[in-house]
Order: sequence, then structure tokens, then C-alpha cells
Amino acid sequence: MRVNFTVNGRQQEADDVWEGESLLYVLRERMGLPGSKNACEQGECGSCTVRLDGVPVCSCLVAAGQAEGREVVTVEGLADFAKQRAEHGGCATGACGSESGTTLQDAQQWRAKGTDSQTGEGGELSPVQQAFIDAGAVQCGFCTPGLLVAADELLERNDSPSDADIREALSGNLCRCTGYEKILDAVRLAAARQGEAV
Amino acid sequence: MAGTKTTTTGAPTDVTQKHNKGGIGESTLRPDGTLKVTGEFAYSSDMWHEDMLWGQTLRSTVAHAEIVSIDTSEALAMAGVHAVLTYDDLPAEMKNYGLEIQDTPVLAHGKVRHHGEPVALVAADHPETARRAAAKIHIEYKELPVITDEASALAEDAVLVHEGRDDEYIEWVSHPNIVHNQPIIRGNAEEAAKKADFVVKGEYTFGMQDQAFLGPESGLAVPAEDGGVDLYVATQWLHSDLEQIAPVLGLPEEKVRMTLSGVGGAFGGREDISMQIHACLLALRTGKPVKIVYNRFESFFGHVHRHPAKLQYEHGATKDGKLTHMKCRIVLDGGAYASASPAVVGNASSLSAGPYVIDDVEIEALALYTNNPPCGAMRGFGAVQACFAYEAQMDKLADKVGMDRVEFRRLNAMEQGTLLPTGQSVDSPAPVAEILRRVKARPLPPERQWEVADGDADVRELPGGLSNTTHGEGVVRGVGYAVGIKNVGFSEGFDDYSTAKVRMEVINGEPVATVHTAMAEVGQGGITVHAQIARTELGVQQVTIHPADTQVGSAGSTSASRQTYVTGGAVKNSCELVREKVLEIGRRKYGSYHPAWATAELLLEGGKVVTDGGEALADLAELLEGETVEIEAEWRHRPTVAFDKRTGQGNGHVQYSFAAHRAVVEVDTELGLVKVIELATAQDVGKALNPLSVVGQIQGGTTQGLGVAVMEEIIVDPKTAKVRNPSFTDYLIPTILDTPTIPVDYLELADPHAPYGLRGMGEAPTLSSTPAVLAAIRNATGLELNKTPVRPEHLTGT
Repeated sequence: MRVNFTVNGRQQEADDVWEGESLLYVLRERMGLPGSKNACEQGECGSCTVRLDGVPVCSCLVAAGQAEGREVVTVEGLADFAKQRAEHGGCATGACGSESGTTLQDAQQWRAKGTDSQTGEGGELSPVQQAFIDAGAVQCGFCTPGLLVAADELLERNDSPSDADIREALSGNLCRCTGYEKILDAVRLAAARQGEAV
Repeated sequence: MAGTKTTTTGAPTDVTQKHNKGGIGESTLRPDGTLKVTGEFAYSSDMWHEDMLWGQTLRSTVAHAEIVSIDTSEALAMAGVHAVLTYDDLPAEMKNYGLEIQDTPVLAHGKVRHHGEPVALVAADHPETARRAAAKIHIEYKELPVITDEASALAEDAVLVHEGRDDEYIEWVSHPNIVHNQPIIRGNAEEAAKKADFVVKGEYTFGMQDQAFLGPESGLAVPAEDGGVDLYVATQWLHSDLEQIAPVLGLPEEKVRMTLSGVGGAFGGREDISMQIHACLLALRTGKPVKIVYNRFESFFGHVHRHPAKLQYEHGATKDGKLTHMKCRIVLDGGAYASASPAVVGNASSLSAGPYVIDDVEIEALALYTNNPPCGAMRGFGAVQACFAYEAQMDKLADKVGMDRVEFRRLNAMEQGTLLPTGQSVDSPAPVAEILRRVKARPLPPERQWEVADGDADVRELPGGLSNTTHGEGVVRGVGYAVGIKNVGFSEGFDDYSTAKVRMEVINGEPVATVHTAMAEVGQGGITVHAQIARTELGVQQVTIHPADTQVGSAGSTSASRQTYVTGGAVKNSCELVREKVLEIGRRKYGSYHPAWATAELLLEGGKVVTDGGEALADLAELLEGETVEIEAEWRHRPTVAFDKRTGQGNGHVQYSFAAHRAVVEVDTELGLVKVIELATAQDVGKALNPLSVVGQIQGGTTQGLGVAVMEEIIVDPKTAKVRNPSFTDYLIPTILDTPTIPVDYLELADPHAPYGLRGMGEAPTLSSTPAVLAAIRNATGLELNKTPVRPEHLTGT
């Protein structure tokens, strides 16, 4: 079947999709967007978290066909998404319009850069992405994309979350490396920076 | 090399980091951090090739059986299926692999020995086609009795898990269903026991823990025009994989070119081969790139686990609290294949007395062959199980003597110069009493933190959390302490070296260092440390980390807390050799202009050659113009020796790591639910090369210890030896709600034998975390609790 949906603000389509394929599979294997991760593929770990019409979901539990006509934001588009939100506000549904957003080619950063990929430093990051780096919240990094999408969504609706709020919002995202302390640090840091910027 | 390689995406590339600081001792950000937060970092499961097939493994549905027949015809006939392989298709004379004993079949031959053993492989054009084809392979099994514990393994008429053993361990064991046995005798425990005023005996059970790294086993094998294969994979030790892969493919090692792909955690679970050989076999058979990605269900069968253990201990103490003797027997369940069991036995036995002064010991540790899932390496490696038991003993004995539990430990704490049960002297700082003092001195978290205004409760702060099971009724607080000792590096005479290639050159007018090792970066931050070392030793800002591959010598394993010590040591050593060459060039070019070139101690700092008095002699950018200095060298720590097979004596260890924990828990005694409120820890790290990463490692290791205290256990049916909970739905690891605040206090007491005085530190936090939590729960409930993990029914008696 053919599936049409918006990814990171741009209309995309995928052909020859088998009906049993998940949104995660289509993103990773058909659109070249492997940033959303496949740690459990059973909705327990949160590593595949994306925004679907603004709502954080495990993309492994969404059939690709269910995404038809809807808005998806992945970690690859998070920086642009956060920027749009900061500049224009009201972008929380992921529907930032086709003129904004991230092109598929730009989102396929690992591919666009070819063999001279450096650290990717210098590119624009969302506040929560920068905070994860600065706080040491990234070790192996496999949980990071899902946590970033979830944390960004938390900060969108709550600009000064308590620790209990952060824990509740991120309780669907497993991390095996960090013991979560530095993830808490990162979200606190992003919230504080967000507060200073206002 | 293969013409198809150009279309492989996700292959790792150089990562360059430019910082004007970021030398050793400074908290330095990861060079791969930006890639990891943008989704750009390519893990092994992200590898992709436009022409690739998907591989699928068919695994046994029973634990112990003869294979009567395998019929692959229906699977082969399916549209989209390119290959179906069984044992009969293996191309080389060598059909087995293994870390220490080559007892593991690439594909089952006539018999399966555990639930989930690989029997056949499929390659197809879509993963679902591959799964469906695997389901169409018909296997007829004739089931055999299962060996599941010591009694069934060592029974007189026990079926042998492996017949005809000829490995190096068989002559020392009393039964072929024992993989390896290590006794340790020092002093005379029988005699010393007579001096004891108090004796405590206990039996303890440690459950089977899973590493539960998040990045599933995965990779891409690309067949090459020379008949070889390029393999992109997540592993802990490329060269160890290579030694096991090449022989079963029937290829020389140089035709199996391995590159480390992004690794989503490891914790010991990637020491053994998983999909590596299978992907290569399918790629070589089909002539197409083959990607294999396990799902979580398969991952539980795709790697070894932490050995479950039964431990019997006896300790004695005088009435003034001095330990008199210790006897113990540790039985580890190795499962169906040996994996790292022999080395785990060595660790469990040699560290079974813990960080205490005990001169008279009688120790035996052994690992069984059973039909349970194979067990091997996991963070803490044999020392974890022992620590759980000896720390429970310490509490019981302190109570009998009538001493404070922490003071009792401090009174008996090991110090520099203390002899281990193996007779080896601990010849570097051992601040065991000090780290215990520090965790105890820390203020306790306030009680009843769940209380909010109006006498209501924030249930998120209570056991049961948002399940809203209590508002404080039946909730009791407990506090517990524990301390542990872990060895660092590969022990028992293993040639535990690392290799580093370091290059220095001028790029765009700037001196740049490139570090190339085969070290597996699994998340621990080794590449950050390599860049820090290069900056410190070579005075550059910009460092490029070359991808880890087998085009450079072995870096050993990313395990045993050894990489910063050993590969870090190798990078430091190669940097020093490069620096000598750079200074030689300087002397040649500029030696006649300044006498200091001949007489002074010269350093590379801030892009310059400087004297030890701080005088700048030359710019590196000018000095190196038109020159490239490159050195690849091996580096070794102090040698060790094997333990004596009968007495266990010998200088078998390289270095030690010590951590202590204090756990504060709140227990809902009515429902048996535990909330850990705080897990404070103190640890000696020798020298924190990257403080930010050090703290992150300690908190992560602590949390894995918490997991096995109250949540994590692979449940194996004792009747069938089948795994009952292979999923994150049924095997629970700590979430952010289960994990408390983890205050970290680290000491830096230099080990004079180690580079920069550092101490391998990744594993020690996993040891004492578990017994501290158990002690706190005992303290809260008054229950004995001799098994971990603790489940609600253990607390409620229901």
C-alpha cells in the first residue's frame, strides 16, 4: 500500500508498504530516518517515541497506515520543530506547515553528510538537545532520541516542571546506562535556560 | 574491496573534536554527543544497503532435545526467500566458537542444549518474509531430560550436557557437568574457627540478571569481491570476535574486515558472538549484504546473562568484633555453554571474602553446565553474587557481636598491604573504611517526603507510585549499607594488552592528533578520554577519533573496567612515542638555535614545544609542516599469573576498585512494594580522567544493582528449562520512577602502578548497590531475605 503523512513538517509518501509494517519501520527503513530507535518494538522502552499530531507515541505500536494524513515529528526534526515553536508559537500539534519543517534530505543527516561527517557540532540544536549533551545525559545514546522527544513535549506544556513531573513524563522511556540522574539534570537545565530566554 | 560498499549507509566515520581545554581531569563533553542527540549517530541496527536482505534466526523451542529431522523445503520455496541454512551448510571444518571453550555450535548439530538455541537461518527480502519462512522450517525434536540445578547436574545418572570434553578445565573438575572449579585455601579456617565467639552461617540465592542493553544485537555483513566479507557490528571486542568468526567461515582473518558500528550499551552482553557469524554466512551464501536485527524477545535468547548463584557462607568473629575465618561455597549456573564461566569462577572465588581482612579461609567456587540459558559476562562478573552474600553475612555478624554494622565493617576493612585469599597483596590505596565513613556521614533524606499540604500525599513519592496503592499507611523506612571489591582488567595470567595508533600532522595550519584504536565505545565514554589524553600529551586542541576496526591491533575487551586503564594506557604510551619523534624533528630543525633543545625537559603544550620552565621553543604547526608522525604500539599492564588449581594461590589480579553504598528505602509492608528513596555512594577512582563521565558511570552501575535487588530476574521454568519472561513487559528494569537520587562522592587516591594513577571504575558500583538495598529492606521489615531480587510475596509472605 501507499502511505502519505507529514514528517517533520514536510509531506512524504512511502510505497509498497506491507500492511503489518509499523510507523517505526517505515520511518527507519523506508524513509531513511533511523533516529527513532528500536530497542524493544513492543511499546515498553520509549526509544521510538515520536510526536503524532503532537502527542508522544511509541511509533513501534502505530501501524504505518494509522499515520495516513497525520503529522509526525521525529528526533531528526526536533531542532527545527523547537525553533518554529519558539519563533511562531502554537506549533505544538506538529503542523508547522509545508514551507517550514525539515526536508527529508536534511533530516537524513547521516546520509547527507557523506564520508566527511564530523561531530555535527555547529548545527542548531533544540534547547533540550543541547542540555542533554551539556549535562552528560548521553552515554550509549540509544534511549536519547525518544527521551528528547518526550522531554521536549514536557517542556512545551510545563516550563518549570518539578522533579516529580519530570519523572512522571519520562517514566515510559527506559535508559540502561545513566541511572537517570543526568537526564533529570538535563531537563532541569533545559527548563532553566528556557526560563532565562523568556 | 566490494563494489557494493559505496552504497552502505551508516558506516562510521572519523569524529573530530576541537577544544581549547578538555585535557585529563576536566569534565569533557562526548565527541559523539551531537550526533547522538540529532539522531545522526548510526547504530548497528541503523546500517542499511539498498541491495540488502534481512536475516532471521530460527531458535529451538525446547531446552534439551535431539534433532530428529529438519525440513527446510517449504521455507526455501517461499517467494522472497534467498537462502535457508542449517548445520549441514556450514562451510568450514570448524563449526563451533566460544570465548574460553569452543563448545558453542554456530548452528545446532543433532542436539539442542538450551531454549532458544540457533538451529537455522533465513535470508529474505523483507524481515516479515524472513520471519514467516523461519516459521515454515519443520524441526522434529526428541526431548531429553533437562539439567537445571546442581542436584540434577551432578546426579549419578545425570545426562552429560557436553560429552567428550577435552578442554583445559576437564581434568580439574569432579564431574563433566562442572565447567570449572576453583578452590582457595589460605591459613586454616578450621583452626581459626575455634577462636570465634560468634559464628554466622547463611545460604543465599542470586537470580539471573539480564544486561538489557537497549540497542539490540544487530549488524550488516557485506560480501566482498575478494571472497571475504565486511562486517559492521556492535560488540565489546572486535578482535576476539574476529578470532571466532574467521575459522567457521573458512576465511583467513584478513578477509573478515570488521568495523565497530554504533553500540547501544553492552554491560558484558556483547562479549560473546551473537549474529556476527550468521550474517556473514548468509551474505557469503547469497552474495548480497545481509542485515540482522534481533527484536527484544530474541535479544533475551541472543546473549548470555549474569550467572544465577547459590552461595553458602560461614563467618566467625571474636566478641570484640574481629573476623576470625570464612568458609564459602559458590555454585554458579553456567547454563548450556561455557562462555566466560571459567573466568567468572576465578573472580567469584578470589573476591569471595570481600574487602575485609580474613587470614583463614576455605573457599570453593564452581560453574555448572546445565540446560538453562548460557551465562557469562555481566558488569561485576562473579564479584556481584559474592558481594550480595558476604554483605548479608556482615550485617548478621555485626548484630551478633552487638556492634554498629558500619563500624563492624570498618574494623575489619582491608587496607593497602592486606592479603587477598589468593595470598596477593593489595599494593595500592584501599580506602574501604573511608568510603564507608563517607556514606554513613551523609545526612539522611527527610522522612515522609510524600506529605503535601492538607495532610494529603503525593503518591508519586510513595511505594506503588501512581498506582495509588497507599497514602502512607503501612509504609516503613529502612537504611542499609554495603561495600565491595572488584578486580580491574583481565586476571589469571591473561595477556591483557591494548594497541593504539596515534598520528600527528598539520591540517589547515593547525597541529592535529588522530587516535585509532579497536576499542569498542559502548557508551562508557572511552573516545572522550582518548581525545583528552591526546590533548594532554601532545598539546593540541583538535583530535580526530578514527572508527574502531580490525585494521589496527587489538584493544582488548571493553569489559572488566579495563578500557581507560589499558587502552587509555596504550594511547598515552603511543602519544609519548609520537612526542619523542616530534621532539627529534624539532631538535633536527631548530636544535642549533637554542640550547634548551638539548638540555631541557621538553613538553608539548598549547600547540607549542615548551621547556619545563615554560619557555616556548617552537610552534608545532611550523615544526610539523610537511611531516607526519605516526606510531602504532602495544601497551601492557603488570603481568599476572594463574591461580593454583588446588590452593588458589597466586598474584592473579591487576588492580582493585572499591565502592560503598547506603540505601534508604520505604516499604509498603501490606503490599510488599519497595521504593528506594536514595542510594548514596562513595568510591575511589584513583584519578577521575573525566569527572562528568565518572559520575555517570557510578550512577548507571548503581541503578543496575538496584534493578537486581528489587525487579530484575529472568525466570526459567525448573521443569522445562524454558525462559518465561523474555520481554520488557515481564522482565522489568528500573525506570526513572524506580530510580532514586544517587549522590556520588568519589575519591582520587592515585594507584602508582596505573596511568595517571587511575582506577578502573565502571563495575564496582554494581556490586554494593544490591546488598545495600537488601539490607535496607531487611532493616525496614525485619525479614531475613536471603534471595535477590526481592519480590512482593517475599515481603508479605503471601
